[in-house]
Amino acid sequence: MLEATPKEIVDRKALRINPAKTCQPIGAMYAALGIHGCLPHSHGSQGCCAYHRSHLTRHYKEPIMAATSSFTEGSAVFGGGANLRQAFTTMYKLYNPDVIAINTTCLSETIGDDIPTLIRESRESGIIPEDKVVIHANTPSYVGTHIAGWSNMTKAMVTYLSTKTDTAKNQINLIPGYVEPSDTRHLKQMLKTLGVEAVVFPDTSEVVDTPQTGEFHMYPKGGTTVEALRTTGNSLATLALGPEASKAAAVELEKKCQVPYQLLDLPIGIAATDRFVQAVMEVTGVEPPESLVEDRGRLVDIMTDWQQYLYGKRVALSGDPDQLVPVTEFLISCGARPVYVITGTPSRYFETRCKEILQETVPEAIVKADTDLFYLHQLIKNEPVDLLISNVYGKYIARAEDIPLVRFGWPILDRVGHSYFPSVGYRGSMHLLCNIINTLLERKDRDDPDEVFELVL
Amino acid sequence: MNEVIFQERAKQIHRKGDAPFELACNKESLAGAVSQRACVFCGSRVVLYPIADAVHLVHGPIGCAAYTWDIRGALSSGPELHRLSFSTDLQERDVIFGGEKKLTQALHELIDRHHPNAAFVYSTCIVGIIGDDLEGICKKASQEKGIPVIPVMSEGFKGNKRAGYNAACKAMFRLVGTGDTTEISPHSINILGDFNLAGEIWIIREYFERMGIEVVANITGDGRVGDIARAHGAALNVVQCSGATMDLAKMMKEDYDIPFVRVSYFGIEDMAEALYKVAHFFKDDSEILHRAQQIVREELSTLYPQLQKYRQDLQGKKAAIYVGGAFKAFSLVKAFRLLGMEVVMVGSQTGTSEDYRELHEVTDEGTIIVDDSNPLELSAFLKEKDVDIFVGGVKERPIAYKLGLGFCDHNHERKEALEGFVGMLNFAKEVHATVMSPVWRFVPRREIRQ
Repeated sequence: MLEATPKEIVDRKALRINPAKTCQPIGAMYAALGIHGCLPHSHGSQGCCAYHRSHLTRHYKEPIMAATSSFTEGSAVFGGGANLRQAFTTMYKLYNPDVIAINTTCLSETIGDDIPTLIRESRESGIIPEDKVVIHANTPSYVGTHIAGWSNMTKAMVTYLSTKTDTAKNQINLIPGYVEPSDTRHLKQMLKTLGVEAVVFPDTSEVVDTPQTGEFHMYPKGGTTVEALRTTGNSLATLALGPEASKAAAVELEKKCQVPYQLLDLPIGIAATDRFVQAVMEVTGVEPPESLVEDRGRLVDIMTDWQQYLYGKRVALSGDPDQLVPVTEFLISCGARPVYVITGTPSRYFETRCKEILQETVPEAIVKADTDLFYLHQLIKNEPVDLLISNVYGKYIARAEDIPLVRFGWPILDRVGHSYFPSVGYRGSMHLLCNIINTLLERKDRDDPDEVFELVL
Repeated sequence: MNEVIFQERAKQIHRKGDAPFELACNKESLAGAVSQRACVFCGSRVVLYPIADAVHLVHGPIGCAAYTWDIRGALSSGPELHRLSFSTDLQERDVIFGGEKKLTQALHELIDRHHPNAAFVYSTCIVGIIGDDLEGICKKASQEKGIPVIPVMSEGFKGNKRAGYNAACKAMFRLVGTGDTTEISPHSINILGDFNLAGEIWIIREYFERMGIEVVANITGDGRVGDIARAHGAALNVVQCSGATMDLAKMMKEDYDIPFVRVSYFGIEDMAEALYKVAHFFKDDSEILHRAQQIVREELSTLYPQLQKYRQDLQGKKAAIYVGGAFKAFSLVKAFRLLGMEVVMVGSQTGTSEDYRELHEVTDEGTIIVDDSNPLELSAFLKEKDVDIFVGGVKERPIAYKLGLGFCDHNHERKEALEGFVGMLNFAKEVHATVMSPVWRFVPRREIRQ
């Protein structure tokens, strides 16, 4: 299928082949699902909403609920105001959500629908009941990527809801980044272990990883509540994990409610998790309990027990900037050589940090943002790698070049586990590392001729 | 809450036996609804996508290309160009200054590298607004590169999926009539409305070939540009699926006077009827009908005994159906009946009133018939009817599983061929496997029932 990929790399300006990104609205929809009782609303053609729901469904194997303004030719000419008003009426009548989180699309952005005004007017005319929350984010599909969409919607939670009152709260805010429900769940657990009160937002655990009960709930148990979101203005500090996804909301909180923030890499791998724990300690004054120290020890134990299989291994990575930076760092600390690191998202943070991490040990590494998987495939064709770490779309390259693949990131449409087993924190990193090591060993067993094929590795 | 939904949507829901049959359909979805429907682009994309030796370039922001990248198992026996994702990835500056230059450049690059036999350029919402001259650019590229470069006018907001089917048919119609037809047999057909999911068109083609009929073009499963170009040389169009390629058949009837028949390849009855319908068309050669009868006899004699063991387990189990086109639903109703099962709910995204009337006729008393449904409504029906298996597409699957029901994907994500006689067996196996799986015993709601 990929046989047409030529080795020779030419600069492409007009054509994207096999993208390593998608558009803003889906990220906004995913973030909005992390608010309790929220119905995401896509202000555009109904295809956008259908595609986002299908895509998220394929990744989470869960029902994904969202409504759409169902634009028609009339809306494209006269604006989508009437559609949005109709949509409010329909949603309150049929689904009665506590929160509606509106994201725009390329169509509604280009037409120029003024969402805040439309919300205000609908509120004044009583279409939006008084006790209901409506927030919105501008998410034009032709600017940034799904990460920007997540970031914009998370920022909107602050803009619309965070409030500073006189009563300071002994809690921190944690913005977990564009991560899996398993990651958010684990981060909450870590904070609990550390004895820290926190508002974690958005929080998609218990929303897109719900237990089987035999019932379908339009609004699952999970999600950050509006009440909790309001109190974020009174928190001691904000820890924002993954700058591309989380920075905007943290900055907004500081601007709006003077809550200071710390920007951290996602806590994947030993060093990044150390920095996260350190930051929590600094902000709250807590000391890590023995159990957390032991988790750390177990992670280091795996790293030492199996280092011989990772040392010097050439690794190619594709994914989202916030994930790739700490994973690159983690691989370096395990002795591997991340030689190609690419993302479809334009990101200075990604390029600067990755180069910083790689310059000492892998100076020849190629780090590139705003590119695609066709380019990564070309790199690999020129000089192969031992391992590919990528979301599901890496499977074509892995097959074409016969490279072992560790599925990591978003989306994963063909395997189970990402919703349930985290990659953040010491424990999550153990899980990720085991996956990497086992994948390499699986390949070794497959490739080894009989005479060297061994029982014990 | 459910009460309200049913009031609002009362006209699009019918319970057989309640009142004289009447069902509102082909309506735009209500804004604000959690609709299961998609857009024009989606309709065009699914129809043209299986043409494997063409490049499919999505002119728009990245999402439209990303969400339609290889999501449909439309198999190809040769080239696999259709499985790559090509996009002009429009950015803000393109939206302001126009995307024409970018599109031209992208087309040149693509055609030079991949040497496709044609290029389809899909218009998306934003292109409809900024007004890029797709027609002009494609025409110019076509002249320069010497292959058909065809615009697909599939701006998302210009209707629903059905409008997208139409845009796709118009695009294909530009190819039809451009190829050489001299060698084509008088006993020849085009297969329309099959997308070769899980290799289905290969099964169907083989039946026709065994009958002594030449298949000129697959439209579009395992499709080729050159075949479509000479499709006007076929004697008959055999059309499956309610909406997707019907418009093309009608256009070919009008311009080339090629008659068409509507068929379905799902289930024993419909499959056999499809072969007979085609055989009857070629009256001049009685051997064709004879061979069709022989095929049906042979296939059934191996199939029936094998079906029995599944039927034993499935007897009396209840099924619900919610599919894209209503035409598929007819066959499914019959197929379930053959397995001894009862269909208690049936609905579609894009059915016409004609479709629904026919559904009303083939279903049992008490069956719920529904148009353009939504998750809340579907889950209420599934629970009310205490269903054992739900047949639907990607968005329906998790609803079934959450409710603790078996599920069969009869849409893009089917992994087994369900068409043809062998497809009936695969269907029985799949239904049997999911209905009889022991996992449902652990679903709390159904634990209580037992």
